[in-house]
Amino acid sequence: MDLKDLYRDVILDHNKTPRLFGRLEPADSSADGHNPLCGDRLHVTLRLDGDRVSDLRFDGKGCAISVASASLMCEAVKGKRRSEITHLFNEVHEVLTKHDAPVPDDLGKLAALSGVREFPVRVKCASLCWHTLNAALERSHEPVKTE
Amino acid sequence: MNADPAYTGYDAQRVWHDFPILARQIHGRPLAFLDSAASSQRPASVIAAVDDYEKLHHANVHRGVHLLSQEATQMFKHARERVREFVNAASTREVIFTRGTTESINLVAQSYARPRLQRGDEILLTGLEHHANIVPWQLVAGQTGAVVKAVPIDRRGVVDLADFAAHLNERTRIVACAHVSNALGTVLPVREIIRLAHARGAVVLIDGAQAVPHQRVDLQALDCDFYAFSAHKMYGPTGIGALIGRESLLEAMPPWQGGGDMILTVSFEQTTFNVLPFKFEAGTPNISGAVGMAAAIDYIDSLGLDRIHAHEQRLLKLATRKLEAVPGLTIIGTAPDKAAVISFTLDGIHPHDLGTILDSEGVAVRTGHHCAMPVMEFFGVPATARASFACYSRESDIDALVAALARAREVFG
Repeated sequence: MDLKDLYRDVILDHNKTPRLFGRLEPADSSADGHNPLCGDRLHVTLRLDGDRVSDLRFDGKGCAISVASASLMCEAVKGKRRSEITHLFNEVHEVLTKHDAPVPDDLGKLAALSGVREFPVRVKCASLCWHTLNAALERSHEPVKTE
Repeated sequence: MNADPAYTGYDAQRVWHDFPILARQIHGRPLAFLDSAASSQRPASVIAAVDDYEKLHHANVHRGVHLLSQEATQMFKHARERVREFVNAASTREVIFTRGTTESINLVAQSYARPRLQRGDEILLTGLEHHANIVPWQLVAGQTGAVVKAVPIDRRGVVDLADFAAHLNERTRIVACAHVSNALGTVLPVREIIRLAHARGAVVLIDGAQAVPHQRVDLQALDCDFYAFSAHKMYGPTGIGALIGRESLLEAMPPWQGGGDMILTVSFEQTTFNVLPFKFEAGTPNISGAVGMAAAIDYIDSLGLDRIHAHEQRLLKLATRKLEAVPGLTIIGTAPDKAAVISFTLDGIHPHDLGTILDSEGVAVRTGHHCAMPVMEFFGVPATARASFACYSRESDIDALVAALARAREVFG
């Protein structure tokens, strides 16, 4: 078990200096995410331009994995179409949960999250932001839970 | 050296050797187990007692004339007597085996409180309760129209007695509070709480889960109405615990669950319930669990609770001093009277990250809200890391913790 595999420099950097942190006002949609196990709370706001997420922000409190994952996600999905976001979500989910899944080339910086799969209890930390984003996209205003 | 005579000669390393699991390597490192407040480990004697029961004596209790059933019944009966002695309950009729503290509290909420509570009656808790001593009362409040109130804690994690007294009124029917806070370690002045509550006519339940492994508890001296605890926090098995109740109250309460063992006669027209404590023990009980619980009490007695207490208090002082010297570390819960539990946060590192890093160093601590979300809310933190000590904890475990915290700082830069 190598800690450096979990806490890679990209993760530590995005935890310390989260990108796209804050809230959009006005926003076209938003959602709250909550991980009761560790108390992580995230809020995602986004603006839509037709089928594209033209802009988005997140804020909230959480562990390094959940904050960095949200920051990386926001960077990765900004400007993307819904179908592209779904594709990315599926790839990230696979990388987080399948022990020997190959890391796709098009993941970019999101590939830094692949170390999380060696730490099964932390997978929920990394996936909270994605579930929250999905909820915002589905225009659901019910709080999302990973438990 | 410690001047406390009760502590003289306590050999923590020898005690450590009584617990087989503590010799495990975790991620290639020696285990420093500092999570006993969540569940303590079991000594070889408890494991052997359960094993012996399973291999040589098991049959159902109170049911057969054959030898095995007689032996199992005798062992189960003996276990009840050991539990009675352990907390000095007045009689084994007052000792009800349950699945643990949570079930004990639910039993009182449903069987004592539910038939008695009227709309507007008050159930008084404190701000540092475990969810197990909040949710059962909310459920019964919802069923009866009663109201749940809580006496707040101060910044040290202390419940002020004058404030507690001020929260009692003519509508207070039940007071339910922890003996020792699981999240902060605060020892509550339960003797005074019980006296004040009784003076206003309220019945008191004490959640003793975090108290019984660490200090002597005398229920007759406390004059307590209901006292709940679990075996797995006092070196015994999971899935077994006890509710100790005042006999006159238990007698007046209806059964909580129906089934075998809790009846004398059954016809389709009418059932006569069994006497105490069996009235509250429907179905085949956790016999091996009770045997293990009794063995855990034997083990505690072999060390001496006063000596365990002195040992843990010494470690608490030492660990507090060493942790206070860690840059950026804040101890949450600084009551003058504490059990050996230290909740803390470290600047810039979320407790969940801390838990993972400490684990990679072989150090097991609890991280999270400790099933006490109102306590976390009060201190304005989503979670803390918590180191808790037991009879087998050693100074070297504290050193391992401090070294692992330095490693966390290193990882996070």
